[in-house]
Amino acid sequence: MTPLQLTALLPYILLAAASIVVILLIAFKASHTVIQVVGFLLMCGVAVSLFAVKELLPVSILPLFEIDGFALLFTGLIIFCVLVVGLFSFIYFEEREENPKEYYILLFLSTLGAATMTISRHFISLFIGLEILSVSLYALIAYLRTRNNAVEAGMKYLVLAALSSAFLLFGMALIYMETGSMEFSAIAQKLGASSALFITGIGLMVVAIGFKLALVPFHFWAADVYQGAPSPVTSFIATVSKIGVFAVLLRFAQTIHLQSYPLAYFIFAAIAIISMIAGNLLALQQQNIKRLLAYSSISHFGYLLVAFLPGNAGSNEAVFFYLAAYSLTILSAFGIITLLSNRQQDADHPDFYRGLFWRNPLMATVLTAAMLSLAGIPLTAGFMGKFIVLTTGVRQGLWLPVLVLVVTSVFGLYYYLRIISLLFAEAPAAGPKEKTLHPFFYTATYTALIVLVLLLVWIGVFPSGVIEGIKAFL
Amino acid sequence: MILAIMIGILLAGGLLCWAATRWNIAVAKWIALLAVLLDLVIAINLWLQHSAASLTGSNVWFINYQANWIPSFGISFHLALDGLSLVLLLLTFFLGALGVLCSWNEIKERTGFYYFNLLWTLAGITGVFVALDLFLFYFFWEVMLVPMFFLIGIWGDTNRRYAAYKFFIFTQAGGLLMLISILALYFINGAQTGTYSYDYFSLLNTKLEPATATLIMSGFLIAFVIKLPMIPFHSWLPDAHSEAPTAGSLILAGLLLKTGAYGIIRFVLPLFPEASAAISWWALLFGVIGIVYGAMLAFAQTDIKRLIAYTSVSHMGFVLVGIFAFREMAMQGVVMQMVTHGISTGALFVLAGMLKERLHTRDIGRMGGLWTSMPAMGGVALLFTMASLGLPLLGSFIAEFLILMGTFPVNPPLTIIATLGLVFSALYSLRLMQKVFLGPVTTEIPMKDLSVREIIVMGAFTVTIVLLGIYPQPVIDMAATVINNLVVRR
Repeated sequence: MTPLQLTALLPYILLAAASIVVILLIAFKASHTVIQVVGFLLMCGVAVSLFAVKELLPVSILPLFEIDGFALLFTGLIIFCVLVVGLFSFIYFEEREENPKEYYILLFLSTLGAATMTISRHFISLFIGLEILSVSLYALIAYLRTRNNAVEAGMKYLVLAALSSAFLLFGMALIYMETGSMEFSAIAQKLGASSALFITGIGLMVVAIGFKLALVPFHFWAADVYQGAPSPVTSFIATVSKIGVFAVLLRFAQTIHLQSYPLAYFIFAAIAIISMIAGNLLALQQQNIKRLLAYSSISHFGYLLVAFLPGNAGSNEAVFFYLAAYSLTILSAFGIITLLSNRQQDADHPDFYRGLFWRNPLMATVLTAAMLSLAGIPLTAGFMGKFIVLTTGVRQGLWLPVLVLVVTSVFGLYYYLRIISLLFAEAPAAGPKEKTLHPFFYTATYTALIVLVLLLVWIGVFPSGVIEGIKAFL
Repeated sequence: MILAIMIGILLAGGLLCWAATRWNIAVAKWIALLAVLLDLVIAINLWLQHSAASLTGSNVWFINYQANWIPSFGISFHLALDGLSLVLLLLTFFLGALGVLCSWNEIKERTGFYYFNLLWTLAGITGVFVALDLFLFYFFWEVMLVPMFFLIGIWGDTNRRYAAYKFFIFTQAGGLLMLISILALYFINGAQTGTYSYDYFSLLNTKLEPATATLIMSGFLIAFVIKLPMIPFHSWLPDAHSEAPTAGSLILAGLLLKTGAYGIIRFVLPLFPEASAAISWWALLFGVIGIVYGAMLAFAQTDIKRLIAYTSVSHMGFVLVGIFAFREMAMQGVVMQMVTHGISTGALFVLAGMLKERLHTRDIGRMGGLWTSMPAMGGVALLFTMASLGLPLLGSFIAEFLILMGTFPVNPPLTIIATLGLVFSALYSLRLMQKVFLGPVTTEIPMKDLSVREIIVMGAFTVTIVLLGIYPQPVIDMAATVINNLVVRR
């Protein structure tokens, strides 16, 4: 490995070091606050190092990794999400009896897994990344082990994720048998006309990918896991893990020109359409806000697949923009859920939100903005994201997926509006106010939320800067 | 630039109102009123500047302001003003100011947030009337929805949630179909010219196959006829109108419906001249059905606000008929109808709001003989029901007469049926008058007649509707060049 390659890997090495640092801190009995602050600084360090290595790119570390603008962009988004999730985690876990410190080890480990996937150009690195991510997630989901839902959710995720990993491995093996290679680029070279083996392999891999992205019909875990996992972990699953998986899917598809195989194309188109339909329909009757967001995320990844289908440079831009907008939105929504959660339970029941606007206008405004953004209403990033996805779809003439997108997002409006009108409903008598434990972290969280919403609106109104930035990287 | 400032005044005024309630509620009201009045003054000033040019000038566009917004997609911040936009802007600020005034005492809770929503809706509507970039147009089209949703959903009547959802979902469905059409047009035009742009003027030159044109046009048309509303897309309207607070109904009936008509005139006809001509017979048919059916439904209502809402369906049927007649005279009638319907129906909604404030009911069955206790209100109500049924000397007569005259050569049978609508309108108007203000007295509640504020509001309505009935020429002149271009081009 040359010094250049080593330097280019710096962000990822730092990320790996972060979990070790946290282990050491725990060994030396550092307090939660110290761990939180150190973790925050380490993530900032990773972000800075991303900027530092930008000039060296692209660097290939054969045969496993390819560090280029694409990887950097997705890693950057992942790190941004982890920064926010980490911030939410402090007040959330500080209020629980359980020991919160080990949580950060797992958090950074799974981040490492997701980040590894963004740079992988080989089945092995893909699989290792995915497993690092999944194994940490099992523990993270069941972290509050005294709660009923948490263990159930963790088990569900464990069993299904293990199954899907098996599918993934089998699919990889079939493709290896056909082409004799596990490198994406080598596979692309050796692949002639689409063969039955190859398509079967792709089909099996789609199962695993679809599971991780919670696409229909592999979505059954989503609602239970979203509900059972601690809120910061749910936001982590909704953003970081899906960003990582989508990044590797994008790179794989682009390298082997997946979309040029009619059957593979058809599979993805079909999955996109049923995800949009099922996600939105299932969300209609959800009362529990975390379950609702789970179904809404299913439909959003259906929308995202519409941008993925054309498989050109424009679609990469669209996908990244949409992912960034979606992450911002979902993080703001989960930030509110985290802040409203109390010692006994997460704030997933509608009662937590009834008349919130009249009790706490700031929180309600943030959540309203997030819901409008999820619904794709102008002035928010979600609208721009949806617009760009539609643009990509219409340019390619994907009329059916585009029409389904439009029609289902009209259905989707209903449940987003329901939450918004809940926020503005008549307020019940306010419950006893819980004492705020750590003024500093509350302030920090509030500040983070305000920044998120301002970003949401800023990107919704002036997306040019972001689009130019994405183009510069890709 | 002045157009952007006008929108900015409303947006900033809205934020200020919201912020001001923390200290003083009265301040918020005054800020709202001043912001709208300021815009009204600017609009009147523009009118005075350009009224001479509107007849003689060869350039249709009085103001044309363009700035970069998202250059990589060819989206620009393009606002422009012509005669038609100016007429509608004036109507917007006029009704907006009255809307602020008539909510003065009605809204007792969350006043600041209320005015915030009111002003932002007005800002969205203003934007719709002046945006000439199709993306920007869509943007404003959606921006006016969200605050309106809140207006209905928070300050509405008992069934407000349902009405607010229905309103939002109907409009959004149409809006998204329009967005697809806009995108399709953008790519087709981009492929033909090489430069991708959402600009109105460059999209005007797009050459389309007839089949494609029909498809793309239907996306636009559905969005606009939902707003208009045309039968069978009208079912959101009675719910939204009857549940909304008074100012909400006023703005819905007076302005939001006009955005649909405006959209057809500004976008559908010029962008798809052949395709729109091809469907004109159907549009006339649905327009006529709307006129008659709306009037019949109005006659059957017992809820006063629903009754007025269905008269809107009937009146907007005239607009649809007038637009698709493609005659200069009919089109002038359409512009007049947009203005006079905004004023007369708006006034009726305000009256219904005043009745509701006093009687706490919208049920016509529980009203009666109110003339004895409130002669002034009765008189005003008589004037506006007469306006609604198209009595000469009042604005609506001019409008409907011009539309019918203009349409007759195009399609005599349908025009004759449409004329029947006028008879029906006499039926429902007189029934409304008779049930509410005449007949035996049914309530014992002591009733106060109009207050000074209410007299100002109703006086403004009265003066304009009479002036428009006697001397409609300024409005017709102002829009003349636009209409000429529209009709001559085909």
